[in-house]
Amino acid sequence: MIKIRTKVPDTAAAGDVITIKVLANHIMESGHRIDESGNLVPRKIINKFDCFLNDKVVFGCDLGTGVATNPFFEFRVKVEKSGVFKFVWIDDDGSISETEKFIDVV
Amino acid sequence: MKLSRRQLLANTVSSIGLLGTSNVFATPDDLAAALKAIAGDGEITTGPLTLSLPEIAENGHSVPVSVSVDMDINEQNFVESVAIFAPENPNLTVLTFNFTAASGEAFAATRMRLARTQNVVAVAKLSDGSVISDTQFVSVTIGGCGA
Repeated sequence: MIKIRTKVPDTAAAGDVITIKVLANHIMESGHRIDESGNLVPRKIINKFDCFLNDKVVFGCDLGTGVATNPFFEFRVKVEKSGVFKFVWIDDDGSISETEKFIDVV
Repeated sequence: MKLSRRQLLANTVSSIGLLGTSNVFATPDDLAAALKAIAGDGEITTGPLTLSLPEIAENGHSVPVSVSVDMDINEQNFVESVAIFAPENPNLTVLTFNFTAASGEAFAATRMRLARTQNVVAVAKLSDGSVISDTQFVSVTIGGCGA
């Protein structure tokens, strides 16, 4: 399980456009690097990130090997009512990391 | 063991060659093909898309980048995706942001790798089918090798 940090405002007014920041601790090994013994280090990256609000996708990203180590995203979402944000990160090896954050919309 | 100048030179050259083998860089044809995959036969125009990158990136391992499309987002009219291409990286496509009508504002920021000095290209696809692009030149001081 990778370490994930998310920053979502606790409350917002209906119709507000809020800013969300997410960060995953991940090596993002590109598969182009050569180690000390001359062998190619196999690729291991997070290849997909999705943000759900009440089980509906609101923002996503398909990552390539050009995304820096410890991928970070900042993006905006318009909120109309209270709900749960779910952040899903999918690794090359198939493992999935999920975190959830509740937002109170008044 | 003391290396002679000749041996040292030979070792250096061979190790550079070794590093070079894995870094097969993208070609201009790759970019053209990628753009065609997004736009089809349609025209790519300049529009309200802004790609923001530093003019000089001191460290190519982590370069802050953001994209934004300056338009009103609603259910009928929104940004579908924004792709970022780095033609001088080993892999052309850096990432693709998938926006929705709920995005509120078509803005996203992240950090990318740049192998060397180059023109970075962003291409946005809007829900009405139009495709717009923006290009930004970035000088890279230390390349993020193996991007």
